[in-house]
Amino acid sequence: MKLSRRDALWAGLGGIATATLANPLFAKTVEELSADFTGGAVPGTGGITITAPEIAENGNTVPVSVNAPGAVAIMLLAAGNPTPAVATFAFGPAAGSQMAATRIRLATTQDVIALAKMADGSIVQAVATVKVTIGGCGG
Amino acid sequence: MISRREFLQASLAASAIVGVSGFGNWSRLSAQQALTEDQLLQFDDFGNVTLIHITDIHAQLKPIWFREPEWNIGVGDAKGKPPHVVGDAFAQMFNLTPGSAEAYALTHEDFVALGKTYGKMGGMDRVATVVKSIRAARPDALLLDGGDTWHGSMTSLLTNGQDMVNVMNALTPDAMTSHWEWTFGTERVQEIVENLPFAFLGANIFDAEWDEPAFEPYKIFERASTRIAVIGQAFPYMPIANPRWMFPEYSFGIREERMQAVVNEVREAGVDLVVCLSHNGFDVDQKMAARVQGIDVILTGHTHDAIPEPVLVGQTILIASGSNGKFVSRVDLDVRDGKMMGFRHKLIPIFADVITPDADMAALIDAERAPFKDQLEEKIGTTESLLYRRGNFQGTWDDLICDAVRSERDAQIALSPGVRWGPSLMPGDDITREDIHNATSMTYGQVYRTEMTGETLHAVLEDVADNLFNTDPYYQQGGDMVRVGGMGFAIDVSKPIGSRITNLALTDTGEAIDAAKSYTVAGWASVNEGTTGPQIWDVVEAHIRKLGTVKLDPNTSVSVTGL
Repeated sequence: MKLSRRDALWAGLGGIATATLANPLFAKTVEELSADFTGGAVPGTGGITITAPEIAENGNTVPVSVNAPGAVAIMLLAAGNPTPAVATFAFGPAAGSQMAATRIRLATTQDVIALAKMADGSIVQAVATVKVTIGGCGG
Repeated sequence: MISRREFLQASLAASAIVGVSGFGNWSRLSAQQALTEDQLLQFDDFGNVTLIHITDIHAQLKPIWFREPEWNIGVGDAKGKPPHVVGDAFAQMFNLTPGSAEAYALTHEDFVALGKTYGKMGGMDRVATVVKSIRAARPDALLLDGGDTWHGSMTSLLTNGQDMVNVMNALTPDAMTSHWEWTFGTERVQEIVENLPFAFLGANIFDAEWDEPAFEPYKIFERASTRIAVIGQAFPYMPIANPRWMFPEYSFGIREERMQAVVNEVREAGVDLVVCLSHNGFDVDQKMAARVQGIDVILTGHTHDAIPEPVLVGQTILIASGSNGKFVSRVDLDVRDGKMMGFRHKLIPIFADVITPDADMAALIDAERAPFKDQLEEKIGTTESLLYRRGNFQGTWDDLICDAVRSERDAQIALSPGVRWGPSLMPGDDITREDIHNATSMTYGQVYRTEMTGETLHAVLEDVADNLFNTDPYYQQGGDMVRVGGMGFAIDVSKPIGSRITNLALTDTGEAIDAAKSYTVAGWASVNEGTTGPQIWDVVEAHIRKLGTVKLDPNTSVSVTGL
């Protein structure tokens, strides 16, 4: 078989994709990720706001933002994704605000969880349910 | 000292008394065949501010029949409360006399018989008369249009909404918000909005790429020495319920925190009154009213509910003004020292045979229709059955449409969208081409034909049912259940998503639907780009021509439990 340059490129891209996409079989669960982040502390509520659409307009790119004044780190989890870890944001002492916004892909209707670690080591949590729907029939 | 809340409640009681006397009066008079325009318009001026609300006209320029729902199930906190009360229970709740004009206007009971007595409702020329009369009494009144105005008829489709734009420009509203307007596409909406002589508001319309506000969120009006902020809230689920590809530049959503921020902004600007002109749907507005602080009045729309009295949530009043030009709400408010101190309200029913058409508006409507008159009025068939759509399940219009789709597209199963628009036809009525369009008109009416597995069909029904019966209103999209031809099912509305729908079976044979098996399915109003097929109105027309006379048997294909 003769391998053309194009084929080689595709093979290469496939390799990159495999390398960057975490394999769901080995993905850490929400419990494991939370435990790693909290160090076992029980999350409280309040002092953290998660903003996400109730129903995703496009499950492939869902805008989510988290605001936790005074946080040193915020972890974002998509509980229903094959790989629940989305991102962890760290805030240094010079950070003007402790707020993060990103767009995430949601496989299905699920809870998006935000955990924030405060300077004193305490943890607060907020959850938003985002529905991913087939659509149509509105009226 | 009387608190604001006590004052509002006192006023609510007073308003209820006024409402009852107003309603009771014309109800009794109508029973004596003396329903008069003066009675319909009678209103003791109150306070200093007047709001006139009309919504969900769906391009109905002429008087129509419109049967209110027999099924309007409420779940969660909404259960058993208006608008989730229908028929005689609704009449009892609001002290309406069965068989009265008001019971005919607001419930489905004895619709055919009462229609013969009380006639058609709506017509924008009659609406114009009512609006002019209110403005004569209250020159500073604000006229606010809740949207779903440009879409819903053959003439609106053929003119890309221009007929409605012209008619509304003549009616001179002060502001509007939007939903089906967007199905004409971004370019057309922008073209109309650029030349619109009034505000096109949407605090929740954002640029999809930058997630920044894209339209005017509110407008502050100075009326009767009062500063009134009107905040627009467009239909939140535009890109989900309707084809996203038609307006890809924009994102919508409820955006409760945005609404609160905008309310705070106008409050800080020192307005005396905050009005939200909303296309959220009633249950969504009810939840929003409880969570967003500082809104005095929500003029609700989208779910087509007509409620004869305001619904009070905290210190916010919700006004539900029906659909299709059937009603106009007048809300008089006493606004002093930056506060709403009280209100008086009347849901004015537009009885077409009682209210004199405004001559200028009648002429304009006829001029808009003239180029298409022959096409519109061509008789396609006759109906022996009452044709209606509105209601949570099925409806005879959709039974007919599903029959047409199955037969013309040779499919085992037909799917028809659970939209809430589409007027009724009485037994014995001609079915004209315009009537077919009134029940089907849209910019994405292609009838697709495809194969779906039993599993997919189940998933579709579950998905749509959750849009209607999720106990959290913020997850409801405000349509009714998808209509199905050729297949029956059972639904337990009290269950969560995934377990509401059972007993799927083909109606022709009674054979149970097999999750793994494929079935031929045809339907219309797909939100997917590139859907191909004949237009739904052509499919329905071809079917009715073959039938000549439409006669529908009662539909027992859906069994509902969990009420």
